[in-house]
Amino acid sequence: MIGLEHYLTVAAALFVIGIFGIFVNRKNVIIILMSIELMLLAVNINLVAFSSFLGDLVGQVFTLFVLTVAAAEAAIGLAILVCFFRTRGSIAVEDVNVMKG
Amino acid sequence: MGFADFAFYLFAITVVTSGLFVVVSRNPVHSVLWLILAFLSSAGLFVLLGAEFVAMLLIIVYVGAVAVLFLFVVMMLDVDFAELRGELAKFVPLAGLIGVILLMELALVFGVWETAENATALRDAVTPAMSETQNTAALGELIYTKYIYLFQAAGLILLVAMIGAIVLTLRHRPDIKRQNILSQIYRDPAEQMELKDIKPGQGL
Repeated sequence: MIGLEHYLTVAAALFVIGIFGIFVNRKNVIIILMSIELMLLAVNINLVAFSSFLGDLVGQVFTLFVLTVAAAEAAIGLAILVCFFRTRGSIAVEDVNVMKG
Repeated sequence: MGFADFAFYLFAITVVTSGLFVVVSRNPVHSVLWLILAFLSSAGLFVLLGAEFVAMLLIIVYVGAVAVLFLFVVMMLDVDFAELRGELAKFVPLAGLIGVILLMELALVFGVWETAENATALRDAVTPAMSETQNTAALGELIYTKYIYLFQAAGLILLVAMIGAIVLTLRHRPDIKRQNILSQIYRDPAEQMELKDIKPGQGL
């Protein structure tokens, strides 16, 4: 029988993979954004699992809001990326510190 | 092992392996495709948990919009990805260390974690029985009544994100010719045209 712990394990593994991805692709912003999406997905799995096993719908409502924020974040992040690429001609994260004032 | 158990293990293994391939894949286009697979199989997990609406939302919003946005940006930007991945191996020990530490911390939490005694009494919105109403209807009832302000705020966040993305990426290039429709419409034959009476045998 599949219990809450099984889902939490999957979510924990996914979250750790997301963190790993951020550190391993230090230069490629696109992969970093995708890793953030993976971490948010892990959080969503946690929320839905608790919601389902406790019988409380609020978890799914919050999943909805996490999803909204994740979509907005991806759109803004990619827009900034496109903007940055136009001015610099590269997406290497190390060049981003030229923006500091 | 029943069908539900088999489906859970199938989806769980697919989610974790495709998540791993998102991170380590050489080609970013492949990364995006693995990301789509991860979203699809986690939607399967959500269906197994009885959250159909969130599962469908995940497919529509993530696979249909966000992943395609990623794919579009990856293909549009002419980036030398091979150069960006050059020193990947340099960061693997640090990243692995951080990952292992985080995993151990999560395992520690997992070992001592237990549900509060009054957890069922503290529920804010008890899920109605499947015979009463469906997941989507119950969720709709909740977000349009109790969480209406949060729901509107979510809409506002999306609006701000949309305007922000448009403002960030919109640009007017001065070096190209554009059609100016108004100036075309307001062109006047009397001003633009001049009739010349030319005698035969003479030039202008």
